[in-house]
Amino acid sequence: MGVLARILEEAGIATVGLSLVRRQAENIRAPRFLHGEFPLGRPLGKPGDVEFQLDVIRRAFSLLERTDVPVIEDHPEIIDDEADQAATCTLPPRHDPALHPAVDEAQGLRSAYNRQLERSGGRTAVGRVADPDQIGDVILKFVTLADTASMEAAGFDSDTVRAAGQDIRAYYEEAGLALSDHVPAARQLESWFYQQTQTGPIIRAAALALEAAGEDRNTWYYMLPGNQQG
Amino acid sequence: MASDGSIRDRVGDIPTPEFASIPLTEAPPLAEARVALVTTAGLRAAGDVRLWQPTDGSFTVLPGGARDVQLSHFSPNFDRTGFAADINVVYPVDRLEEMAAAGEIGSVANQHISFMGAQFDATFSTILLDSGPAAAQVLLDDDVDVVLLTPI
Repeated sequence: MGVLARILEEAGIATVGLSLVRRQAENIRAPRFLHGEFPLGRPLGKPGDVEFQLDVIRRAFSLLERTDVPVIEDHPEIIDDEADQAATCTLPPRHDPALHPAVDEAQGLRSAYNRQLERSGGRTAVGRVADPDQIGDVILKFVTLADTASMEAAGFDSDTVRAAGQDIRAYYEEAGLALSDHVPAARQLESWFYQQTQTGPIIRAAALALEAAGEDRNTWYYMLPGNQQG
Repeated sequence: MASDGSIRDRVGDIPTPEFASIPLTEAPPLAEARVALVTTAGLRAAGDVRLWQPTDGSFTVLPGGARDVQLSHFSPNFDRTGFAADINVVYPVDRLEEMAAAGEIGSVANQHISFMGAQFDATFSTILLDSGPAAAQVLLDDDVDVVLLTPI
């Protein structure tokens, strides 16, 4: 991001950047940064908190007056992620014993997913390679991948397997938002999905199977967050 | 340590290009400034389902009125639920519109820009030589004079 700041400044556009990794901001030597020790993925700090977001922007814009560059100021509030405290969303009971438990679970979350879809005005991150009706089929591909470590057998390539993993994660996390009475802290729904559902551990098992089979690291490593791979 | 803490430790000193000087443009008074967002979150316009590739140094132009933008970053290593709940926590278009309406900033650009951060190409050659200047021209053509940069 600092590289872009430098290009824009050279083109005659004044910039101020929000930083989430302070050492990177220090190293790139762009003129103005406001560093927020906020969760990765939340550079304005707090979703849904208009006043907090405005405060971040106003603090950043105040740096535009500075010419003693490079300048990096710190936002005074620190917000940590809470990956170690998984969200406590109720999972649906077993409904159709003929289905794989993970597929049954995903289908049971459909009404929650739909509620969040309505709440967001139709905006969803699901749909890279599968729409919501196809989530169960994609989960079964990961079951095959975990069992065989064969991308061919599962019907994936290195691009579609990452995209499919993101579709499933988004489906669950968006359903989880609907099942929460507030927006959970950063990574709480991530931990819920990868650690407490039927489906999350299947994606982890698939990634581990690919790693063990010697598949290219860029394929399996980016299938799920690094902190969820252990 | 929080999960983000270990990532910050790991990526904080990833090699970056070395620059001898620091370019600086003087900003106009904020109440007169035309402001755009440039994010490295890897956003795409609605309907564009492609995930960003880790070596893709291109950019996407996002219409200023769009609120159905998609988070299409290739990396899974950050929280995505904040953006799912409120795009402004990454891409604060509504906050800029509110500040313009209140007279705190002059105006909001007609369009904004997204790149994708965490590029595998540590030289940033495509962005430095090609897509970065092209994105700047898109903003200059819209009379933008201030940019707020946001990461993910």
